[in-house]
Amino acid sequence: MTYSDWLRVDRLPHIYCAGCGNGTVINCTLNAVDRMGWKKEETVFVSGIGCSSRAPGYIVTDSLHTTHGRALAFATGIKMANPELHVVVFTGDGDLAAIGGNHFIHSCRRNIDLTVVCMNNQIYGMTGGQGSPTTPRGALSTTTPYGSQEPAFDLCELASAAGANFVSRWTSYHVKELTRSIHQGLGVPGFSFIEALVQCPTNYGRRNKFRQVMDQVEYFKTHGILVQKAHRLRDEGLPIPADAILLGDMVRRDRPAMGVKR
Amino acid sequence: MQGNTACAEGALAAGCRFFGGYPITPSTEVAEHMAAKLPRVGGVFIQMEDEIAGIASVIGASWTGARAMTATSGPGFSLMMENIGFAVMTETPCVLVNIQRGGPSTGQPTMSAQADMLQCRFGSHGDYSIIALSPASVQEMFELTVDAFNLADRFRVPVFLMADEIIGHMRERIEIPDSVPREERKILPKGTPPFRADEGMIPGFPQFGKGYGVHVTGLTHDERGYPCATSPSLHEDLVKRLVAKVESARHEIADYRVTNPEAEVVFITYGSPARTVEQVLHDHPDERIGHLRFRVVWPFPEKALDKFPDAKVFLVPEQNLGQIAREIERHTCIPVVPLPRFGGALHTPAELEKAVEAWR
Repeated sequence: MTYSDWLRVDRLPHIYCAGCGNGTVINCTLNAVDRMGWKKEETVFVSGIGCSSRAPGYIVTDSLHTTHGRALAFATGIKMANPELHVVVFTGDGDLAAIGGNHFIHSCRRNIDLTVVCMNNQIYGMTGGQGSPTTPRGALSTTTPYGSQEPAFDLCELASAAGANFVSRWTSYHVKELTRSIHQGLGVPGFSFIEALVQCPTNYGRRNKFRQVMDQVEYFKTHGILVQKAHRLRDEGLPIPADAILLGDMVRRDRPAMGVKR
Repeated sequence: MQGNTACAEGALAAGCRFFGGYPITPSTEVAEHMAAKLPRVGGVFIQMEDEIAGIASVIGASWTGARAMTATSGPGFSLMMENIGFAVMTETPCVLVNIQRGGPSTGQPTMSAQADMLQCRFGSHGDYSIIALSPASVQEMFELTVDAFNLADRFRVPVFLMADEIIGHMRERIEIPDSVPREERKILPKGTPPFRADEGMIPGFPQFGKGYGVHVTGLTHDERGYPCATSPSLHEDLVKRLVAKVESARHEIADYRVTNPEAEVVFITYGSPARTVEQVLHDHPDERIGHLRFRVVWPFPEKALDKFPDAKVFLVPEQNLGQIAREIERHTCIPVVPLPRFGGALHTPAELEKAVEAWR
């Protein structure tokens, strides 16, 4: 099988804008799931509301497209009631970190055996480009017309502090690395969190000096530094660029987990 | 046994194997009892981070085929409203217990009320219909909880056990049968579109993990379950069916008790006010005083009113400002007199006798 065997082709074309990074992340996730050798009837995709959360609708397995922010609570019910199922959650920065923030930290704390792939486009895409908890300071959006004044959330730090067993961050540029980390996360018993920064040319890029789709992807490429390198720079007393995007696997541990297949 | 414990026992007898909830007075004993008992029967109890997550986990569990429930009271019930609408739209069987307390807001956590009767019917956004039961004894906390699971699976709709604090915390002797009736979810035949409804208007259930590959969404969807949120006719047909599948069966679902059908002055009750009316009829047996007691409040069984052809007035003692009295008014031409008593105190027999005297 390949990733395309997992696609619900009769639902195509999809709703994503031209140049959107979400398709890349769906591709990486399905490749990783396919490499796990999981059966379709044993796999469930769950999501909340937003662009990212439309993804399960394009996948042939059982899927639950829920309410805004609550995907992890629904997924918890599915996984706890039937640990035999593999449960993968697609979410976004608004869904996960704003309205769903409480469910996020508690799912990490419980260390429920879920894999969560967060497509972080740093904006509310579906509603037309409002600021989100991961919108960088100074960035323009329809609700931050003078530049965002709020510090942004670091979702990986949050997941790490709250107790997830596996935490990783990549971008839509880092396709191979992202696929590998999702694959690793799928195999980890307990809560796996993989953040994928994605370009949103329609609602983020065009307001924030990324005139072309590839401008933002290029930015991910040139500003991403491996977390190991960042640690080395810190240990050597060297500066880490303020706009650096820390990438790589941040956490891999074996805290007691819930809902693991018996 | 306490009412809340009887509710949990009813759920266990009905085969409930998942409880997701959040502690709140005066419903917490339901959760506590489920926490103690569920692991012993291979079930799952999980205390979620809030009531929103509680009902969400219940809906998730239900899609794996489990009978699932939550229990709460006013403030938690308010938090659940959005996901109740999701359960309606996705036709997810689930049972919600509301041990009602005084509101609005934090109100009276330890005092009885029946002030969420309209909220359970209309509280989530959009047009829809649900089923709500109202127990008036500890025995009925057990029985109606069993009924709630059967109705939820049969109609694929959230079913509410709308008890009040008095019934929840009352202690009475009850009889627990060796087995209880069980109505299973209708299974979806393989190859059938998952949201195609037959004449009964209820599609078969495509349980997760069984190879259906079903997409379940809160968006307006076609019979394949695919989002199709901009078609006026599709949306209208879907919402009309979701309402009609419950409302068209309301006389089947109806469950009420009739005392003295030839009476002219008739009390209509549900929940704990029924106990005061029973006391009045016990103290002063009088065939001229009737009593209609609803065990099912929603869908509203208006034909029950016809059981009292000689009635000249309906007296409706409720622990609210007249929520169901207003519904009764819609279905009758004779006077309907709300007898509100709230703040936590139950109606006294003397008070109800006085109300009768006014209509002699």
